[in-house]
Amino acid sequence: MKYLDEFSDPQLAERLLDQIHAATTRPMAMMEVCGGQTHSIIRHGIDQLLPDQIELIHGPGCPVCVTPLEIIDRALAIAARPGVIFCSFGDMLRVPGSGQDLFSVKSAGGDVRVVYSPLDALKLARENPDKEVVFFGIGFETTAPANAMTVHQARRLGVRNFSLLVSHVLVPPAIAAIMESPTCRVQAFLAAGHVCSVMGTAQYPALAERYRVPIVITGFEPLDILEGVRRTVLQLEEGRHEVENAYPRAVRAEGNLPAMDMLRDVFEVTDRTWRGIGMIPLSGWRLAEKYSEFDAERRFDVAAICTAESSLCRSGEVLQGLIKPHACGAFGKECTPRNPLGATMVSTEGACAAYYAYRRLELVDAK
Amino acid sequence: MTGTTALPSAQGAELDFESWVCPVPLRETPTVVMGHGGGGAMSAELVEHLFLPAYGSAAASELGDSAVLTVGAGARLAFSTDSFVVKPMFFPGGSTGDLAVNGTVNDLAMSGAVPLYLSCAFILQEGTALSDLGRIAQDMGAAARAAGVRLVTGDTKVVDSGSGDGVYVNTSGIGVIPDGVDIGPRRARPGDAVLISGDIGVHGVAVMSCREGLQFGTTVESDTAPLHGLVGAMIATGADVHVLRDPTRGGVAASLNEIATASGVGVELIERELPVPDTVRDACSLLGLDPLQVANEGKLIAIVPADDAERVLAAMTGHPLGRGARRIGTCVPEHPGMVVARTGLGGSRVVGLPVGEQLPRIC
Repeated sequence: MKYLDEFSDPQLAERLLDQIHAATTRPMAMMEVCGGQTHSIIRHGIDQLLPDQIELIHGPGCPVCVTPLEIIDRALAIAARPGVIFCSFGDMLRVPGSGQDLFSVKSAGGDVRVVYSPLDALKLARENPDKEVVFFGIGFETTAPANAMTVHQARRLGVRNFSLLVSHVLVPPAIAAIMESPTCRVQAFLAAGHVCSVMGTAQYPALAERYRVPIVITGFEPLDILEGVRRTVLQLEEGRHEVENAYPRAVRAEGNLPAMDMLRDVFEVTDRTWRGIGMIPLSGWRLAEKYSEFDAERRFDVAAICTAESSLCRSGEVLQGLIKPHACGAFGKECTPRNPLGATMVSTEGACAAYYAYRRLELVDAK
Repeated sequence: MTGTTALPSAQGAELDFESWVCPVPLRETPTVVMGHGGGGAMSAELVEHLFLPAYGSAAASELGDSAVLTVGAGARLAFSTDSFVVKPMFFPGGSTGDLAVNGTVNDLAMSGAVPLYLSCAFILQEGTALSDLGRIAQDMGAAARAAGVRLVTGDTKVVDSGSGDGVYVNTSGIGVIPDGVDIGPRRARPGDAVLISGDIGVHGVAVMSCREGLQFGTTVESDTAPLHGLVGAMIATGADVHVLRDPTRGGVAASLNEIATASGVGVELIERELPVPDTVRDACSLLGLDPLQVANEGKLIAIVPADDAERVLAAMTGHPLGRGARRIGTCVPEHPGMVVARTGLGGSRVVGLPVGEQLPRIC
């Protein structure tokens, strides 16, 4: 926390902005992968301060946004059952499934609780042996170690009334999928610093080489983001495509080795559907077979729930960086945080929600 | 698995843009959800679309935090009611009892009234410890004595265990508005100064800090306090105070949005002027919350003519409950009904009305 002031310093920011302006000579499009970075960029107005030639494309890095509809519907089905305490991080409660969200299930009598850690859910399971406690384990590589640790602990402690509904997604396969897309405009990536604090940097050189894109591992405070942008600009201007760590206070090249050991033990790689994007091969984690007793989908027999989506919103294109949120015809009209059509409007980290919250002024001015 | 550098094949990773789809929109919920009580957009919609149409001509044109009633030959009364369902009932710096008195006192004070009388009605859950109820009653008595108000009527109901959650308190209050005082949410004008009486977000963080699994390393105490003395000091300057609001549920963001909408002005905030204590800022960073949307229970927002701002600020900083007062922004003719913050880096962002409940972010 002591870094908050230092990494928001206006004078230092101005210096970095001057360097970015001086170095930028041509149009360039870079994608910030992580929803937390998108939120910070919009909240601090960073994109308004960059040279006009720099386009920041908001990537698919909001775990709430990309959790597939069928997983939400399975969560709703489990949470509605009597005898279940369904635990989730807060921002998943408002994500619409096909017609409902977890708030609605809670309103109808379901025992839905916001927790701040999966270990809180495990504690609830031990305190309520007559209930089935389920934790909604979503997120990127950042949140996965805590979920893995919780399952590991559940087994060690012999807690049989705890299970995990897993929908983890992985960043490197998503970067590859974005670059493989025929409509891809991304020339560089600001990689998600917190993901790399767990996984290290080993997965990125092959991506940078294969797609000839700079990948700069970037943090979340304003100065972190500006430094990430500065390094990315320099690479693009000099024709380099390297992996750089602009977030060394949190990221080591080797990553967090104990966390990775835990992930290897508890999870295995699987194909994963990303909401609004489609199926990306080998882009997610599921519980390994040896931990299948803790798999909520099996325990509650909901794996067969598959849901078709309507075709009203364009969040898929937003998640791919093909359009800005306000280019969608539904933005701010049929689709608001109060009544979201797509998950990008639900999570505060979603690009549409960030634009709605912080950028409506520009849209008003433009009319 | 982890550590692998294997990449998906171009074939396998090809994305089918044509089939990208989104969920069916959520309709208005058929049942009450937590967001209806969050003090944000959902609360406002409930009043606008359900209560007011149902009341019809029996209702005032708007159902605000307090009403100004003219009685007899011109004496003006402020009348307010509020219910308190805070969980946990006891938190650092206060309890449901403190809030129940100070909350209604403050709603009255925000119309410039001198609070006089409160009612207090309890809805108790069967099985609640009498010692807890006793503590809450003691706190109410102490708060009322400190605020100089009398508890003059009341009621008690009990619901079965499982139908409530401990102790719910409703207080209604009456106060007298001095002659010459005209304070209301529609009076903000372009050019007016926006003042705050001190640190924001403290109460919300204090309550969150005692919920399961959240410790912030330091104890944050609620700022619950009766504000009518501070208001009296501000009015005594002779300044034409236009608007007062105590930014409770929904925080400063909700109050300023409501003022902007009611008055048809824009509000421009200077983000670096916002008094956010380190503890609040750190807790909000940890949880992904915006301090502007976190509840306060002992702070007020004042909208005053720019020419009056300095003397009002001097009166505020001279009062124990306004020592941290400062100017945080200006009412502007641009973007009426919207609140815009100038960020510390020089950009801008819209400060929206919270939707429903504040939801901690996943990461």
